[in-house]
Amino acid sequence: MHISTNPWVWIAAILTLAIYSFLYKDNPFYKFAEHLFMGLSIGYGAVVLWYNSIIPRLWNPLAHGTSPSRFYLLIPIAIGLLSFGIFSKKYSWLIKYPLAFSVGAYAGFSIPVTFEASIFEQISGTILTKQMMATPWLAISNLIMFVGVITTITYFYFSKHHKGLLGKSARTGIVFLMLAFGASFGYTVMARISLLIGRMQFLLHDWLGIIK
Amino acid sequence: MNGENISFWEKLGKIDRRWIFLIIGLVVFIPIAFGLRMTVHVSPAVKSAYDTINRLPEGSVVMISIDYDAASMPELQPMLKAILRHCFDKNLKVILINFWPLGLPIGNQGLEEVAKEYGKVYGVDYMNLGYRPGDIAVMLRMGTEIRSVFYGDIKGTPLDSLPMMKNIHNYDDIAVVVGLEAGSMGDYWVQYVNARFKQDLILGVTAVMAAGVYPYLQAGQIKGLIGGLKGAAEYEKLVNHPAFGHIGMASQSWAHVAIILFIILGNIGYFMERRRKRGL
Repeated sequence: MHISTNPWVWIAAILTLAIYSFLYKDNPFYKFAEHLFMGLSIGYGAVVLWYNSIIPRLWNPLAHGTSPSRFYLLIPIAIGLLSFGIFSKKYSWLIKYPLAFSVGAYAGFSIPVTFEASIFEQISGTILTKQMMATPWLAISNLIMFVGVITTITYFYFSKHHKGLLGKSARTGIVFLMLAFGASFGYTVMARISLLIGRMQFLLHDWLGIIK
Repeated sequence: MNGENISFWEKLGKIDRRWIFLIIGLVVFIPIAFGLRMTVHVSPAVKSAYDTINRLPEGSVVMISIDYDAASMPELQPMLKAILRHCFDKNLKVILINFWPLGLPIGNQGLEEVAKEYGKVYGVDYMNLGYRPGDIAVMLRMGTEIRSVFYGDIKGTPLDSLPMMKNIHNYDDIAVVVGLEAGSMGDYWVQYVNARFKQDLILGVTAVMAAGVYPYLQAGQIKGLIGGLKGAAEYEKLVNHPAFGHIGMASQSWAHVAIILFIILGNIGYFMERRRKRGL
């Protein structure tokens, strides 16, 4: 057992225990650690943004640059500053302009690539080809996937009553949906346990030095 | 006899949840503290990620995107270290990029630690681009020229003064992008960088996200998928360097067994309670 002599490790360990103390019941130690975490995260994020973006990308070119094109930077600054209109009842309408710009730009970026990546590529991945039937196991697995995709899509077809063949298909789709939810839940449990394992490893390895 | 059973199930249904926390805590603590280990089997998704990097010729460039922070560090940091060990062992060049501001020190810490193990030199074998806001816009601009969004590295050193960056300008010069994801950036890498620039991608994601990312793997949009701490342990096995991922696997498995038992007990309790209410 080699207990750490690093004060930062001690601070991290004490804060970890303070956060976990919530599992017993809400208490001032937990509240302190929670507020400290929030404040530090926001403060650290703001500093990183300032030194990695505002200074090199905005301040330095404007204050120390020589290129005439640097003044183009004033346009996004001006549009961005309009967002602060939200703090005034009289000028709150100004926020519509930066919002319109963002929505327009991101819609322009997103629509073609979303079709490409989330629709065309996914449909192409579902089409049964000779290659997807190369081995019996692969064929069975791909057939299940194919049936799963078709029946799940029919479940989300709401323009007709789910009766007859459509109803049977939709009910099969529900089975696939339940399996997907189950897999997601299983993975979620795994993720949460992993976080506990990570903290436990920190406490037992970095802090108390019980494990190598 | 029947009455005693009902009373037991009723009690079980009203058990203080802190007992459950305690049991889970012990189940996680004991295997770690006593060094219990479990055999890790490598899944095809992780093997595919490993093979994609393993096939790269010496000197190829791997870009690793740190899209997580301290909250997901236990799952994704072991992945980062295992991938870095693989890259440095094969003499690949590594570029780190950050889209999460709070991931900046975490990624850099992992990079410096592993680079030191392999005696790699900053600017020659690896470098860190630092953080830029604007995710999608940055991804798209890097398709034309990295310098149009990153004037310098994490410390502000101009990119052209780093020897390894001399011939690296856009995705054409990068063999594989590895996205280590705790949020939606993985989708953006697929939608904006793979779809538009046909860039080879590998995603390492938190377990919560893994089920949602499998369709990308199945459709061939990503070359490999590393999911959660289990995925990290598998990659550690492939690079023959068992570390924190491996250590956690016994705890993970025993915790899952405990949770399955809780679910079974909870369901039995529910049905017994329902039976009692119906007067059976």
